[in-house]
Amino acid sequence: MNPAGLPDPAIPDPARAPWLIKGVTVTRSGGQREEFTDILLSDGVIAAIGPGLSNPGAHVLDAQGLIALPGLVDLHTHLREPGREDAETVETGTRAAALGGYTAVHAMANTDPVADTAGVVEQVWRLGRAAGHCDVQPVGAVTVGLAGSRLAELGTMADSAARVRVFSDDGNCVADPLLMRRALEYVKAFDGVIAQHAQEPRLTEGAQLNEGEMSSRLGLAGWPAVAEEAIIARDCLLAAHVGSALHVCHVSTAGSVEIIRWAKSKGWRVTAEVTPHHLLLTDELAAGYDPVFKVNPPLRTAADVAELRRALADGTIDCVATDHAPHPVEAKETEWSEAAFGMTGLETALRVVQLAMVDTGMLDWCGVADRMSVRPARIGRLAGHGALPAVGGPANLTLYDPAASAEVVGPGASKSRNTPFAGMELPGRVVATFLRGAPTVLDGKLA
Amino acid sequence: MKRHLISAADLSRADALLILDTAEELASLADRPIKKLPTLRGRTVVNLFFEDSTRTRISFEAAAKRLSADVINFSAKGSSVGKGESLKDTALTLEAMGSDAVVIRHSASGAAHRLAGWVQGSVVNAGDGTHEHPTQALLDAFTIRRRLKGNGTRGAGLDGIRVTIVGDVLHSRVARSNVLLLSTLGAEVTLAAPPTLLPLAVENWPCSVSYDLDCELPKSDVVMMLRVQQERMTAAYFPSVREYSRRYGLDAARMGRLPDHAIVMHPGPMNRGVEIAADVADSVRSTIVEQVANGVTTRMAVLYLLLGGTEFPAVAQ
Repeated sequence: MNPAGLPDPAIPDPARAPWLIKGVTVTRSGGQREEFTDILLSDGVIAAIGPGLSNPGAHVLDAQGLIALPGLVDLHTHLREPGREDAETVETGTRAAALGGYTAVHAMANTDPVADTAGVVEQVWRLGRAAGHCDVQPVGAVTVGLAGSRLAELGTMADSAARVRVFSDDGNCVADPLLMRRALEYVKAFDGVIAQHAQEPRLTEGAQLNEGEMSSRLGLAGWPAVAEEAIIARDCLLAAHVGSALHVCHVSTAGSVEIIRWAKSKGWRVTAEVTPHHLLLTDELAAGYDPVFKVNPPLRTAADVAELRRALADGTIDCVATDHAPHPVEAKETEWSEAAFGMTGLETALRVVQLAMVDTGMLDWCGVADRMSVRPARIGRLAGHGALPAVGGPANLTLYDPAASAEVVGPGASKSRNTPFAGMELPGRVVATFLRGAPTVLDGKLA
Repeated sequence: MKRHLISAADLSRADALLILDTAEELASLADRPIKKLPTLRGRTVVNLFFEDSTRTRISFEAAAKRLSADVINFSAKGSSVGKGESLKDTALTLEAMGSDAVVIRHSASGAAHRLAGWVQGSVVNAGDGTHEHPTQALLDAFTIRRRLKGNGTRGAGLDGIRVTIVGDVLHSRVARSNVLLLSTLGAEVTLAAPPTLLPLAVENWPCSVSYDLDCELPKSDVVMMLRVQQERMTAAYFPSVREYSRRYGLDAARMGRLPDHAIVMHPGPMNRGVEIAADVADSVRSTIVEQVANGVTTRMAVLYLLLGGTEFPAVAQ
């Protein structure tokens, strides 16, 4: 895709007919909010916005009561392919993404083989284009094999067809301070960013659950907040020292928020994400030892949840990222300590954000567009995504019904079912998703 | 009582007293020439042991057999579990064979919880990781009541009895269950340990906490010593076994600081010379051998009550 977000002429577009979205509520680029207006999508771009539009050849979508958001962008998705196609594939993961309202996802590097070479990132990128449900932007590993000992060929991945800009050893922390410094410095040459999974390894050996009242009561090895905060503090200082861009993955503690707020106040190039589950769930859920609630970083306390919400609202935390981490059933139907870490999230993210942020009055829909599309696209250096609707801009849109409400029932489009929200009543419904003017989802189903 | 015994927190004061009083009834059996009762005839109890623990297994085995239950011992070593079978599949296998109760010992905290979700019968937690070991707490409470209130006591709790639990609380399922159960029964529990071996947020537990054992001894009716694992030293929980022993070990001199009536307990197996000196372990204050005998009796009471045995013994009459 070219920087203007126009469709690549090399890709034949099967849905060339224009789409006319009638009666929608939209916040335009520039900030003005319009209700009961129309949006015309044509040739991959937004051709017009305004009331009373008509176009004889267009498909018409009655969007009364719906909100038009810029297509959502996820900075943190595990698509599992190559290597763990039993848990997820690029095809199934991007279907889940489209159903969740996403038009672009960043595919994490901890596949098998690891995405630490141009060959692997290009393979993932091509699989994404072939699937066509949303754009797949591969993340490159920081170190060879995620082993934390020597840098992967970051520049080669950046120069590849996949144009990698975000690098992460996610799943592992780049714990060696010298290696982290070098990685931060090196990616400046191609405007890259290091996305750190902040987890001090020695402080979290065998760790299972947030260290606190619950871990002590349940006899599960504690994952202390300080193990996250110590790495974030160090990395902020390193990023400042070398003038580089640091992105902090899945911030989970109130203390981390305080450090990031301080780093930002200094003008340092630090950004951060929070997952939907850390905005809603607490470690109390581990009481029954059901590993569906086992995740890394772990669910924390209600005080942490409250502070994460405030930080997302005030912009200290830049964006919501799902950390969608699918696992097969057998990886979760075990003892807690044997189970895999991770939760799925793509299909529920927007609804959880509505519940945690919008329905609580902490964020309006313009804020949601900013935290789930504009800012993640900017952090990921992703052209063609993350723009508030504007005439001539890319026709990547999510139509959402905030008045709907339904229980989360599985299975969804993801190959895995490890959602912690199963059985919960969540507000909202993604009605349609448009990728460059073509619907990937209509009436809540894959188009 | 609930269908399972997974945590000491599952037991109300009335439940706990019912178990202790039932155990008291059953204890009188031990003096009879024929120790066996027909109450659980035709019922099957599976001992599912994923961790080696001969003493706990034979205690449950003896308890079930004295109630005439059929006992199947399933040890993880050399079984399908060693070949990678999951806990769930093992549970389904046992279920298909028709077990009325499963006694589980497992190295993972919460294993008994998980098992209870997969089987129809009762689950008795015989120790799950660093979580709980509720029958150990019951036998400890039974031992304390007998020693301090007399054999044959019924209906009484442990109100006002001061119990000091010493050592590696962080990794101890025995300590967790005892804090919960003994406080339910009215005892005043104090944990004495180096700060590294106390869990975070322990101040919210129903007990008090001290770093100084010598301070606590003169006001203790019961001292319960926990086994200290030597491998804790390599993880920097304490500098050396010798230093641990000097600061938190119970030797004859320290035992001298106890009130005359105070007793010394240990769940076993002991490290003589580390957390407890041989002189102390073999002293008249020590209840260590009684604890083993009381273990069988208490576990009989638990199995009897969970499985709703018939023909409750009128042994007391």
